[in-house]
Amino acid sequence: MLTTHALVLAIMLFCLGLVGLLSRRNILYMLLSLEIMLNAASLAFIAGGSRWGQADGEIMFLFILTLAAAEVSVALGIVLQLSYRFQTLDADAFNEMKG
Amino acid sequence: MEVLFYIAAAVTLVATVRVITHVHAVHALLYLVVALIALALIFYLLGAQFAAALEIIIYGGAIMVLFIFVVMLLGPLAVEQEKSWLTPGTWVGPSVLALVLLGEVGYLIAAGDHLPIDFMETREKGLSIALYGPYVIGVELASMLLLPGLIGAYHLGRRVSKESR
Amino acid sequence: MLRLLSLIPTLPLAGFLVLALFGGRFSRRQIAWVGCGSIGTAALITALVGADFLRVFPDRTSYHQTLWTWIDTSGMTVGVSWYLDALSLLMVAVVTGIGFLIHLYSVEYMSGDDGYARFFAYMNLFVTAMLTLVLADNLLLLYLGWEGVGLCSYLLIGFWYREPEYGAAAQKAFIVTRIGDTAFAVGLFILFTQLKSLSIQQVQTLAADAWPVGSNVAVIVAVLLLAGAVGKSAQLPLQVWLPDAMAGPTPVSALIHAATMVTAGVYLIARMHQLFALAPTVLEAVAVIGLLTLLLAACSALVQRDIKRVLAYSTMSQIGYMFLALGVGAWSAALFHFLTHSCFKALLFLAAGSVIHSLGHEQDIFRMGGLRRQLPLTFWTFLIGAAAMSGVPFITSGFYSKDWILWSAWSSPLSHRWIWFGALLGTLLTGLYSFRLIFRVFFGEVRTSPNGTPGVAMLVPLVVLAFFAVTVGFLELPRTLGDLSLFSQYLSHVLPPIETIPGMDESVEALVQIAVTCSALLGMGLAAVLFLPRASVADRLAGTSLGRTLAAFWQGGWGFDRMYDGVLVRPWLHLTRESGELLDRGYESLGVAAESFHVWLSRTQTGHVRWYAATVAVGALVLLGLFAM
Repeated sequence: MLTTHALVLAIMLFCLGLVGLLSRRNILYMLLSLEIMLNAASLAFIAGGSRWGQADGEIMFLFILTLAAAEVSVALGIVLQLSYRFQTLDADAFNEMKG
Repeated sequence: MEVLFYIAAAVTLVATVRVITHVHAVHALLYLVVALIALALIFYLLGAQFAAALEIIIYGGAIMVLFIFVVMLLGPLAVEQEKSWLTPGTWVGPSVLALVLLGEVGYLIAAGDHLPIDFMETREKGLSIALYGPYVIGVELASMLLLPGLIGAYHLGRRVSKESR
Repeated sequence: MLRLLSLIPTLPLAGFLVLALFGGRFSRRQIAWVGCGSIGTAALITALVGADFLRVFPDRTSYHQTLWTWIDTSGMTVGVSWYLDALSLLMVAVVTGIGFLIHLYSVEYMSGDDGYARFFAYMNLFVTAMLTLVLADNLLLLYLGWEGVGLCSYLLIGFWYREPEYGAAAQKAFIVTRIGDTAFAVGLFILFTQLKSLSIQQVQTLAADAWPVGSNVAVIVAVLLLAGAVGKSAQLPLQVWLPDAMAGPTPVSALIHAATMVTAGVYLIARMHQLFALAPTVLEAVAVIGLLTLLLAACSALVQRDIKRVLAYSTMSQIGYMFLALGVGAWSAALFHFLTHSCFKALLFLAAGSVIHSLGHEQDIFRMGGLRRQLPLTFWTFLIGAAAMSGVPFITSGFYSKDWILWSAWSSPLSHRWIWFGALLGTLLTGLYSFRLIFRVFFGEVRTSPNGTPGVAMLVPLVVLAFFAVTVGFLELPRTLGDLSLFSQYLSHVLPPIETIPGMDESVEALVQIAVTCSALLGMGLAAVLFLPRASVADRLAGTSLGRTLAAFWQGGWGFDRMYDGVLVRPWLHLTRESGELLDRGYESLGVAAESFHVWLSRTQTGHVRWYAATVAVGALVLLGLFAM
C-alpha cells in the first residue's frame, strides 16, 4: 500500500516538474524542474525496490544520482556561459538554432 | 508510520509547487532542499536508508550548493530581484514545511523500533554485491559519464575573454 | 627458393605504394630507383625461382603457395594463393623481364615529364596486377588481376589527361574491354554455380567429368570466357580500342598494349584449355576470330600514317596468329609466338619510341625518312624487330614461331585448308607493312632531322631486346631444321601436345616452310618495290580512286568505329536524350516532395528548448497511451 502511494507521489512530482519545465522561461528554473523530475524517477525506483525487497531500485537511484551530478555540472556551466554572452537567462532568447 | 509517509509526501508536494512557482531563485532553491529532505525521509520509510543518506548528502548538499554558487555568480541580476522579494512573509512557507519534517523525524527517533536492523544490513550488503557484480558495467559507464562531466564543466565554466567572443 | 614466389608480385606493389604515397617528395633519381628497382628485383627473384623450378622440374611440375584466405562464405572459399607451373613461369618471366627493360627505358624516355612519379607508380601497379593475373590459383584472383590491368591500362592511356582526346581514348579502351570483362564475369558465375569451385585446376577436372564434349553449358561458358579474352586481346569484334590506346606514352604501348596485357586473352584460353577442349565449336570460333583479325588488322596496318598505330594494328594481327594457333589446338605454338612476339614487339615499340623521342614527338611516318644514318643503332634494332615480325627465315625468332603456327594450321585435324591460306596471306601482308615502316622511316630523303640521339638507358633495352628477338627462336626448331623441342617439352606438362593428321611427314613440313618463307620474302620484296623508290608506286596506287577509298576504309579500321557509333552509341544517346526528360521529371518531383516536406518539418524546429521538451513529453504520452491500449 505504501509503495503504491509512493508511486502515486512519484508521478505527481514528475508532473509538477514537467509543468515547471514547460512553464518557466528562466533557464535556472528549468534546471530545477529537471531535478524534480529526476527525483520523481528515483522515488519510483526506490518504491519498486522496496516493494520487491531488492537492491536494484537503490542501484538505479545511484545511477540517477551520478547522472544528475554530471548533468548539473555541465548544465550550470552552460547557464554561466549563456548569461555571460546574452546577459539574460530567458530560454526563449536562445533560439538561434531554429530550422 | 503510514501517517509519517503521507505528511512527508504532503511536504514534498507543497515544497515542489513552491519551487516551480517561486520567482526568487534562492528561495526556490531552499524549497527544493526542503522537498529533497522530505523525499529522503520517504526513502527511509521505504527501507532505503542508504539512498536516503545519499539524497541528503549529495542532492540536498552538493548539487544544491552548486546551484547556489551559480545563482551567486550570476551577480547583480539576481541581487536586485532579491532585494525586492526579501519580505518576512517569504520565510513562512519554508519554515512551516521544515517544522513539519522536524516533527516527523523527531517522532521517528522517539519511536525508534520501526525497522528491524538485520533487514537493513542484508539490504545494504545486497546492494554492494549487486553494484559490483551484475551492475559493474553500469559503474564503469557512470565513471565514464562523470569524467566528461568534469571536463565539460571545467571548459564551459571558464569566463570567456572579450577578444575571443 | 620457391618460397620467394610471393615476393614477385609484392615488390612492384610496394614500389607502387611508396611512389603513390611519397613520390611527390622524391627526386627524379629516387623515383627512377624505386620504380625500376622494384621491377628489377622482382625479375631477379623470378630468375632465382625459375632456376629452382627448373632444377626440380620434371619431377615436380607445379608449385602452390597460399598466402591467406581472401573470401570465406558458406560454400565458397577463395584464397590469395599463387600457382606456379611452366605456363605461369613463362608469363612471369616475360612480364618481369621485359617489364624491367621497359622501366629502364622509361627512366630516360619520360625524364622530361611532370608526372614522373605518377608514371612509375602506375607502371608498378600494372606489373603487380599482371603478375596477379598470371600467378592466380583461382579464377576470382585472376579476375582481380584482369580488372587491375584494365584499370592501369585506362590510367596510362589517359596519362596525359589534359588532352581531351587522350582521355576519350582511355575511356574507349576501358568501356570496350569492359564488355568482354562483363561476359567473363558472367562466365565465372556460371562456372561457380555449376561446379561450386573457382580453383582453376579443380574447375577444369570437374568440368571434364561433369560435362560431355560439346554440351551446352560448356559451350556457353567457353563463349563467355572467349568474349573476355577477345576484349582484352583486342580481337574482332572488340578490337576497336587498341589503335586509340596508342595515346599513352610509348613505353606503356610497349609494355601493356604489345608485350603483356593484350596477351592476357591468349593466356586465359591456354590456361583454360581443358574447358575449351570440351567445346570444339568455340575452339573453331577462336581460330576464325584469330584469322579474321590478323587479316583485317594487317590491311589496316598497311595504310596508317602514325608509326604507333601501324604497330598497334600489327600487334592485333600478331595476336590474331596466337588465337589462330589456340583455335587449331597448337597451344604451345601460340605460347611460343607469344614469347617471340613479346620480345620483338616490345623492341619495335621501344625503337619507335626512340625515333619519336629524337624527332621531338613526331609520329607521322610521312614526315620521317632517311633516319638510317642519323640513328644507326635505332635503325638496326628496328630492322631486327621488323625482320622478326615478318619472319625473315632462319635467323629471326618470328620465323620459327610463325612457321610452327602455319605448320600446325596445315597439319592439325582441327584446322581447315582455308585457314592455312588466310594465315599465309597474313605473312605476306606482315612483310609488306613491316618493311613499309622501315622504308618510310629509315630510307629515302630526310624530312625531319633528329635533335639528339637516345642515351644509354634507352639503348641498352633496345640492344638486349634485339638480342632476344633473334635468339629466343632457337628454343624450338622444326623437324626439318635441327629438330629441337626445348619449348614444347617445357610446356608439355601443362598443355597437351599438338595433334597432327597422319601422313604429315617432314617433306610436307618442308614444303609448308618454303611456302611461308616465299610469302614473307614476297611481302618484303613488294614493300621494297612499292615504297623504296623516290616516286613510289604506293603513292600512285593511293592516288587512284579505288586506292583512295580503300585506304580511307582501311585507315579507319574497316569502319568498325563508325558502325558501332551508328548502331550502338548514337541510338543509345538518342534514347537517353528522349527518355531523359520524362525520367528527370519523375526524379524532380521526388526532390520537390522532399523539399516541401522538409519545409513543413523544419517549422517544428523553433529553437525554443521548452517546445522541444514539450514534444518529448507528448511523444512519451502517446507511447504510454499505446501501451495502455
